[in-house]
Amino acid sequence: MSQVEFKVWRQDGATDEGGYQRYSTEITEGMVVLDAVHQIQAESANDLAVRWNCKAGKCGSCSAEVNGKPRLMCMTRMSDIDTSRPITIEPVRAFPVMRDLVPDVSFNFEAKKKIKKFKPRKPDSEDGTWRMQQVDVERVQEFRKCIECFLCQDVCHVLRDHHKHDEFIGPRLLVYTAALDMHPLDEENRLEDLKEDQGIGYCNITKCCTKVCPEHITITDNAIIPLKERVASEFYDPLTRLFKVFSS
Amino acid sequence: MDHPVHECDVLIIGAGGAGLRAAIEASQQGCKTAVVCKSLLGKAHTVMAEGGMAAAIGNVDERDNWKIHVTDTLRGGQYLNNPMMAELHAKEAPDRVRELEAWGAVFDRTKDGRILQRNFGGHAYPRLAHVGDRTGLEMIRTLQDHGIHQGIDFYMEMTCTKLLMDSGRVVGAFAYEREKGRFHVFSAKSVVLATGGIGRAFKITSNSWEYTGDGHALAYDVGAELIDMEFVQFHPTGMVWPPSVRGILVTEGVRGEGGILKNSDGDRFMFEGIPELYVNQTADSAEEGWRYVTGDRDARRPPELLTRDHVARKIVEQIKLGKGSPHGGVFLDIAWIKEKMPNAQEHIKKKLPSMYHQFKELAGIDITTTPMEVGPTTHYVMGGVRVDAESQMSSVPGLFAAGECAAGLHGANRLGGNSLSDLVVFGKRAGEYAASFAKENSSVSVDETQVESAVSHALEPLERDGQGPGPYQIQYALQELMQDKVGIVRLEAEMEEAAAEIAELKKQAATVAAPGNREYNPGWHTALDLENLLIVSEAVARAGNLRQESRGAHFRDDYPEKDKDYWAKHNISCRRGDDGEMIVEAVPVVPMRDEIKDLVEEIG
Repeated sequence: MSQVEFKVWRQDGATDEGGYQRYSTEITEGMVVLDAVHQIQAESANDLAVRWNCKAGKCGSCSAEVNGKPRLMCMTRMSDIDTSRPITIEPVRAFPVMRDLVPDVSFNFEAKKKIKKFKPRKPDSEDGTWRMQQVDVERVQEFRKCIECFLCQDVCHVLRDHHKHDEFIGPRLLVYTAALDMHPLDEENRLEDLKEDQGIGYCNITKCCTKVCPEHITITDNAIIPLKERVASEFYDPLTRLFKVFSS
Repeated sequence: MDHPVHECDVLIIGAGGAGLRAAIEASQQGCKTAVVCKSLLGKAHTVMAEGGMAAAIGNVDERDNWKIHVTDTLRGGQYLNNPMMAELHAKEAPDRVRELEAWGAVFDRTKDGRILQRNFGGHAYPRLAHVGDRTGLEMIRTLQDHGIHQGIDFYMEMTCTKLLMDSGRVVGAFAYEREKGRFHVFSAKSVVLATGGIGRAFKITSNSWEYTGDGHALAYDVGAELIDMEFVQFHPTGMVWPPSVRGILVTEGVRGEGGILKNSDGDRFMFEGIPELYVNQTADSAEEGWRYVTGDRDARRPPELLTRDHVARKIVEQIKLGKGSPHGGVFLDIAWIKEKMPNAQEHIKKKLPSMYHQFKELAGIDITTTPMEVGPTTHYVMGGVRVDAESQMSSVPGLFAAGECAAGLHGANRLGGNSLSDLVVFGKRAGEYAASFAKENSSVSVDETQVESAVSHALEPLERDGQGPGPYQIQYALQELMQDKVGIVRLEAEMEEAAAEIAELKKQAATVAAPGNREYNPGWHTALDLENLLIVSEAVARAGNLRQESRGAHFRDDYPEKDKDYWAKHNISCRRGDDGEMIVEAVPVVPMRDEIKDLVEEIG
């Protein structure tokens, strides 16, 4: 048990400048950062806004930056953090702040709507069902583990530093597109959208997103690079272009 | 009116599996559909469901069919279920699973490429379609991603506090948004409640802050009947350590994959005291149990896969005997399977990935080498709004309910895996019938005075000066009370005390103050949720006291036996009387039609 110092971001609405406020609270065995935040909320900041739900790393609501690192607060144990100096807790920075630790993540919901929906091939069997081998579904099952915590969006420099939200959908939604595109049953073509509207070219595969994924999805290597390759062979491969000229 | 008014045909309150499925259905029927949800889209509790979705598809064992599923469900519910709901559920669940696949869900596969199914407590055959141990996430994401292309209007981080009425018919709802605290009015021709459970009435729970019985209370408030409220499911395996994660769910899938329960002496205590109803279906040796979980069709299930109520009580018994684990639970061991298979570590990580990470990251324990410590956690309420089996309409015209906040399918105890299928089977039905109701009934007008009274009611906690206990203190007191006196093992005296203390807490809640303003103010939200929690807690305590027997999830030390006569034939109903007080009374069960009666006699 020990008394630990925190610097928590407080911001009174989107237009307020905001700043750190110092709090101190007692940390006991097994506590995670979200427990500490709730304790501060109960003891000394009743109106501290924080978004959370499952508290088990499954819903992806409590994303924040703890000592500058994007984390799920519910899955970050206090015992893994250096408590000799004040611990900073601030909202994810790739999105506007609603209040205190709560970001406005509506961008992600809006951008998702523009991605073409799942379009399955005709059922394989007369009873309306399909046949797929486990080995063929595992690739998309990896992507479908995503809990939409948006930590990958938070660390992506295209969104965070260059604010290209209008031109780039970010790693989360590229993983979403990959899950659709590599679905064994899907027949939709999303390559032109990826190239033109969703800005896949902006990603220069620095792999920051992969490093922060709490679900350990290999975002860059397994989702984004294969999508980039598909876009490249569709639009830039000279042989394919030649073939298209003759076949059209 | 000063507040934004949103007009729609069908209003859905809640965006878990049931709410989303209802919304998809209502919009497909051509209705203008709005969904109001307390959190962001895709974060509702459905996301936490792990093990799978029960549907008698018969992909793994072709002997399975709807008839076996319905009898399993009725036996699990100790025959207090609405048999028509159990029948519709068993018949329609396979189509709802296939529909999810058509919308993009990617279930685990059998060797011949069909949807794989796994064993679960109380199900005769491998019946749960699943995706590792994250089936709920797969379901909610599939529905969410399908739903966003349907033209449904979603209102996120918004909470409904009142239903609006016109001549006995529901015509909309009043809500506040979390961000700014602004009020919104929804006018609707029909309303579907899909708000989930009441877990937050208890101290140790697998439920998040949202589960405060909102739908139960909204319905009760306008005169709808609640039934089966005494039946609260305590899931046998929640985490017990570290303290901050106490209550978080450990999936039944661990036991489905061969996990065994042991006490501090190392005894596998579940082999003792197997209930009469299940003796013939339970393995009588560890060896037979292992054969069952590895797919031997002639073997019977291990006792760890008995129904949740029984397993939870056996665990409590061991702890009371002083044979618990260091942190007050028992041991759940999946690591032992390394004696049986060469690649056990990889197998466990593959089959139970979320559990592996959950223990690794929250407790610092590697479940492939070390047993977990587990104990019961409040998980699910079988009770809820009484609905018509086919339409899901409550006793109030235009008001529908589906999923956990509705009652009937599960009776005295829900089988694992029957919840996810419940959500989509009855979510679809509720959406369909709410849409028909909206089409068949005239448009509505919202009564200004009801809105004004909802506004002043919502603002009261902010306007009072805080003399008495705050909203959190009252909530904690209620949670302690329910945990201690209306928990797994119940007694008349304790439930009476609980009811009296709830009445006292109600008085405190009526004058509770929440400091701060309307913007993202968790204290204010808690103050408003309290009223709902108090209504459902009173219903649980008083219905529990009235039922003088032990059945399913309801166990009484003073009436430890099942009553084969009166209580075998009655549900308990709770509704608001004209004087505002709760009326709690026994009502006859819905009779079985002959075909189902014959099935029960034949299959047992």
